[in-house]
Amino acid sequence: MAVAALDTEFANTLSTSLGGAEISGLTRLSGGASRETSRFVADGRPLVVQRQRAGDVRDMMIEARVVAAAGEAGVPVPNLLAAEQNDDGSCFMVVEAIDGETIARKIQRDDEYAEARAVIPAQLGTALAAVHRIEPVTGLESVDQIEHYTTVMDELVESGAGGPQPMLELVRRWLIDHRPPPVDPVVVHGDFRLGNLIVDRNGLSAVIDWELAHLGDPMEDLGWLCVKAWRFGQPPPVGGLGEYEQLFEAYEAAAGVRVDPDVVRWWEVMGTWKWAVMCSLQASVHLTGSVRSHELAAIGRRVCESEHDLFLALEGRW
Amino acid sequence: MSLHGSPTSAELIESVREWLERDVMAATEGRLRFHARVAANVLATVERELAMGAEQEEEHKARLATLGMDDDAQLAAAIRNGDLDDRLDEVRDVVRADVAARLAVANPKYVS
Repeated sequence: MAVAALDTEFANTLSTSLGGAEISGLTRLSGGASRETSRFVADGRPLVVQRQRAGDVRDMMIEARVVAAAGEAGVPVPNLLAAEQNDDGSCFMVVEAIDGETIARKIQRDDEYAEARAVIPAQLGTALAAVHRIEPVTGLESVDQIEHYTTVMDELVESGAGGPQPMLELVRRWLIDHRPPPVDPVVVHGDFRLGNLIVDRNGLSAVIDWELAHLGDPMEDLGWLCVKAWRFGQPPPVGGLGEYEQLFEAYEAAAGVRVDPDVVRWWEVMGTWKWAVMCSLQASVHLTGSVRSHELAAIGRRVCESEHDLFLALEGRW
Repeated sequence: MSLHGSPTSAELIESVREWLERDVMAATEGRLRFHARVAANVLATVERELAMGAEQEEEHKARLATLGMDDDAQLAAAIRNGDLDDRLDEVRDVVRADVAARLAVANPKYVS
């Protein structure tokens, strides 16, 4: 079927889902192997739809439930308007469009966001405290990150799409040997960082991209936010915008718990290790042929950047 | 002179990288310009690997030999199994040098 015909068919589906609204301006924003995001207008209201093809390992219906629960818990999120699963397993979810910027470099550098930059680190602490108060929804699972990414690493080697990684093995051992004591699992966002946050001139306006949400240690989100890759080349640890203390103080004030910096640092090392594995995984998407892309291929050679970061992070802590 | 003569593969890649940087990036914007930059960076990585890779590979093998290892697969397995637990300082020195070599090819600016 031609693209235009497919779009017309999907516009009809959206209209039905939104109570017969008139749909116009369906425009693709981004897309990967299994998901794509589009903007459109329904009865004059700007909305965003995410579509997931059949066969994806992640379940978009769980994500939709988390987004709804996040709103109820006071996390700034776009309102969820519809979420449906088709008989073939494909899904879509519709949320309101939120004005603002997601591109890290613009948030970090443009004059427009100068005031936002001053308040964002604390706002992120407050928002994360709200994330960790979300009522767990059906289908959300607890994932042992070391176990999960060890499996990913091993599968990459077995498939020939990734090489054996002595540095990542060394860090894996360190992570196992220094694992923080277990805590009662809460809902964690799983990918809380610049790029997945909509920012306007006043600061944080919405937390998006909940597809990696799971149950786990709340400190995972704080550590991931501080991973060096998510500082986008700027020195301050919190998203390249602020200091640990700003994040921790706001989180402690809102969550009523004390943050142990050593536990956050463990999750930061964990996140850096995981990002290294994810870089290999992205290259494998090209190498195995599901999406041919020199950009994905190039990411495979960025593993050594994370390896370098891991040596820096673990200096004096081995 | 090799069978294929002049220009060498490195010189061919250099010529394409220069075209990407000079003409394609100047004439494009947005995503296409970004992808042209990525392509130029990929070629620059290949150029550095062609220049340094063979010598780096020798040094890498020599480092692995000090640990009694033939390749990274053996080393990775030995680390996971704990076979080198009494020599972890040495292992880290070997791995640190390997990471530095990879970074020198993939993104030498990253360290600064």
